[in-house]
Amino acid sequence: MQVNQSLCDVCGTCASVCPVSAIRVKEFEIVFDNDKCIHCRKCLRVCPLEAIQEEK
Amino acid sequence: MIKHIADYYDVVIIGGGPAGAVTARYAVENGASVLILERDREPGIPVRCAEGVSHAGIEPFIDIDEKWICTQIKGASLHSPDGNFVEMYNNGLGYVLERRVFDRALVDLACSKGAVMLTKADALDLLRDKDQQIEGVRFSHLNQLYSVKCKIVIGADGVESQVGKWAGINTTLALDDIDTCVQYTVNNIKVNPDLCRFYFGNEVSPGGYLWIFPKSDTSANIGIGVGGSDTLPGKGPKFYLDRFMAQNFPNASVNYMVCGGVPTSNGTGFVTDHVMLVGDAARQVNPITGGGIVQAMIAGRLCGETCAKALKNGDFSKKSLNEYEKRWDKTLGVNQRFMYSVKNNFMKMDDNKFNSIVRAAKSVDPDKFTMYSLFKEALKEDPILLAKMATSFLVSRIKFDW
Repeated sequence: MQVNQSLCDVCGTCASVCPVSAIRVKEFEIVFDNDKCIHCRKCLRVCPLEAIQEEK
Repeated sequence: MIKHIADYYDVVIIGGGPAGAVTARYAVENGASVLILERDREPGIPVRCAEGVSHAGIEPFIDIDEKWICTQIKGASLHSPDGNFVEMYNNGLGYVLERRVFDRALVDLACSKGAVMLTKADALDLLRDKDQQIEGVRFSHLNQLYSVKCKIVIGADGVESQVGKWAGINTTLALDDIDTCVQYTVNNIKVNPDLCRFYFGNEVSPGGYLWIFPKSDTSANIGIGVGGSDTLPGKGPKFYLDRFMAQNFPNASVNYMVCGGVPTSNGTGFVTDHVMLVGDAARQVNPITGGGIVQAMIAGRLCGETCAKALKNGDFSKKSLNEYEKRWDKTLGVNQRFMYSVKNNFMKMDDNKFNSIVRAAKSVDPDKFTMYSLFKEALKEDPILLAKMATSFLVSRIKFDW
């Protein structure tokens, strides 16, 4: 998964639904751990600004 | 270590919102030493909240101060998908807060009793001893790593909470158990400052609702929560909010915008050895209204008191700390589980059904009309809801509050 940092509000909604703790919410940015990600796409569904995209 | 921070505290609280601050206050008042680690530069910012609370809910925790009150709320109006609405004035006095000031006041109160806060302190994981028992927290502060030892770790780290996961508590939310939200704080509008408005409907806000909480007669928090499983590409909360704004407040000036997630699950199992969760992290939120400030404060008190008791007994096992969860269940937990059991009936209700409920509710005197009357009307429309409600009435006395 890839987060568009200029769109992201760093609200952490994505992290609350991530089943594998692949998302870390820092003060000013969201950090994805793509080694942990299982591509369930839940984060993508709940992001209020649709700032998360699946990497091609 | 950092100059004013010790190597050990009885309790380390991760998160400085209302849940963390109230937990801290009751823990220190009962004799514990407490450190609060706040990730951001100051508590209360950014405000990810519609800021509505009841007077009765906050009054036990802090002296009411006009510094953090924007408006006094006397009633609510519920708007059905067909544009009809019903007003109610019998739910007690409420406030729309200035959360950035309110949150700071709660922290100041805790610190005046002896709690210590460190901001820009980002918790990274838990420390464990040779027997794998949790014995502290590792965090970063201004690009340096630190460790602090403690007996109890409190996860007050909000909807995105990681503390539970580090300790082995699964707090992952299902898509049906989160509302995805966007809110504008707008100026240059005309609103009735006494009334909070709620708009329902699958075209307005699928799986959730839209709110207008006035901050004065010319400004308001206008926000929306959409069910996590009700979004479609290009049709998230911002799409619905922007459409509503264009239709209803085309000349509004958006002076603040914020996003966030509201947990709407049935929070249970938020305690383990050496660790307790509180507030949004423990999913202590009314699953229908999404309200969580008062819940966090009530839970914070119970959690703080349990910290102090565990320290006196020297017992930090899950069994010992579970007293907190038991007391929460008695106070609000059972009520919230009922709310959870009818959440989907209510939030995903057919538009026609909602229209006829509001039509029927209009015949009730607004001064006598409460959430309870609304549910009574909903029951007539929905036999499944009736069955669930009847079952829950057997186990608890239900109190409805926005």
